[in-house]
Amino acid sequence: MDTLLNRYRNITVLLLVIFAQLVLLAYQVKNERDVRIIRMWAVTAVTPVARSIEFVRDGVTNFTGSYLFLKDAHEENGRMHKELSRLKLENQYLKNELATADRAQALSALQAHTPSRMAAARVVGTATGGNSKAVFVDRGTVAGVEKGMAVVTPDGIVGKVLAVYPTASLVLLVTDSVFAAGVVSQKNHVRGVLKGSGYGNCRVDYVPPEEKVEVGEWFYTSGDDRIFPKGMPAGKITAVRPGSPFQEILVDPSGTEKGLEEVLIVLQAVHQEIPDGKSTGADAPVYLAPPPPAAPDAENPSAGSPTGPAATATGTEADRLRERYKEIGDAQHHRFGEGVPGSKPPDFNLKVERPTPPGGTNPAAQTANSAPPVAGGPTTRAGTSPTPPPRTSVAPPAGARPAPPASTQPAAAPRQ
Amino acid sequence: MNYSDNRLLIGSRRESPISRFRAWILFVVPLAAILFQVYMPLFFTFLAYLELPLIVTVYFALVRRSPIGGLTIGALVGLAQDSLSKNPLGMFGITKTLVGYIAASIGMSLDVEHPLIRLLLGFFFYVLHQFVFWLLTRGLLGQQVSFQTQRTLVLGVLNAVVAVTLFHFLDKLKVRA
Repeated sequence: MDTLLNRYRNITVLLLVIFAQLVLLAYQVKNERDVRIIRMWAVTAVTPVARSIEFVRDGVTNFTGSYLFLKDAHEENGRMHKELSRLKLENQYLKNELATADRAQALSALQAHTPSRMAAARVVGTATGGNSKAVFVDRGTVAGVEKGMAVVTPDGIVGKVLAVYPTASLVLLVTDSVFAAGVVSQKNHVRGVLKGSGYGNCRVDYVPPEEKVEVGEWFYTSGDDRIFPKGMPAGKITAVRPGSPFQEILVDPSGTEKGLEEVLIVLQAVHQEIPDGKSTGADAPVYLAPPPPAAPDAENPSAGSPTGPAATATGTEADRLRERYKEIGDAQHHRFGEGVPGSKPPDFNLKVERPTPPGGTNPAAQTANSAPPVAGGPTTRAGTSPTPPPRTSVAPPAGARPAPPASTQPAAAPRQ
Repeated sequence: MNYSDNRLLIGSRRESPISRFRAWILFVVPLAAILFQVYMPLFFTFLAYLELPLIVTVYFALVRRSPIGGLTIGALVGLAQDSLSKNPLGMFGITKTLVGYIAASIGMSLDVEHPLIRLLLGFFFYVLHQFVFWLLTRGLLGQQVSFQTQRTLVLGVLNAVVAVTLFHFLDKLKVRA
């Protein structure tokens, strides 16, 4: 007996090990229960290491960028180049700060203005396996994360929480082949199921051929899956092919297209309305710019203006400049375009007095300061809209940078 | 360069001595391979296609030439990989157990110091690994996934090239007699 066991020892051990793992696997599959203890050990062991590596990488990058390169420039180029490098570095720093602030602002704006309760998290690793589309984020049960919660960014849905550990969570991305979520199209409210392809894009299944969907149209979460709150952008249609019994619809997921660094975990979902089909979609929110300051002429309000006072109040910077030059020319009895080359030009520094509107304030500027930005709505020129712009579910970001004074320069659309 | 007098087959275990490593290397190298797979694809997406845990498993199984040692390291690496993936525990475990066992068995009869042999083995074990994993996914999990032959073959070549290079560096960690 001993001889027999010795002779087949290797194969016996192999079969035993495989059998043990098969039992482990069968236990998980049949009972749909996970062996949490092993995973918890592994994730808890790996997450701090991943965080440490990320910390070191960040530090090395900062050190290299902020010190070594600057030091080389200082030694090579002297004081002037040092000054130039300092300014360049400062500029880069401010750009980075701006980009970071914008990203954080977008996240905090979404967090603050969406009715859902969310927790910010950072991606610290990917799940093993070449075909798997799953990442680890640095928030777990300690932060109130639970299995099945939705994970989003301001651009759209990212995935859902597949497993939770004390300090980390495993998030299944929308692009994974086993991911599924209920979605509804923007225009005709066609319902379907968003599924990952296992690569970079997704598809929407179960849309009958008679339903009309178009390339470029957006899909939003429908809330049917009870995971994602209704009204979150899911992705834009890139291709629609007829099929039987269902159409083949390919979708470019919007939440993952810019890469994943910071995400929001939806702790408590609240449904929102699907944006109007006429809007341009989540990729191009349009803000209603406040009207530029008006420069009315007391004697002839419509003088120099092709369309009268309304156009004066809503003209561009070029329109206002043109009107100012015309006033200067009129004051000096100069007619533009008639003098020969070399003749005396008018004094453009001449101050032409303008009457102050009653009350001492600029009504257009007041309107400019009070006009709310509108996201997701149709492009509307300020001042020409007969009715106030409709409010949508996306409110102006909290803590957004204040708009420049309307009396000094035309307000620009806020950064996205 | 002389690789066992250019012989690919060895007659007995004496002709190719068993390589030995320090214990911490057997722990640290697979751990580093798993961490690499967890962390690096965050910055370089294409690195997700490198199966470093598999390459490390194959290496230790080949050079140690012990089937029980090979299947043990395969099972441990596989289970560790499972615990950091979305799969049920055991998928990578069973796959790498088989790979470790077969690699060690092959290591007893082939000159695994030869680069060509290493290249072929790296390719063979990658394809075997993917095929067994696919079989388990379909058979045990009931997922209707297709086996992408062309993609697997291309990635097999890529992993084999990386394996040969990595094996060269891992050789330097051997304990010299």
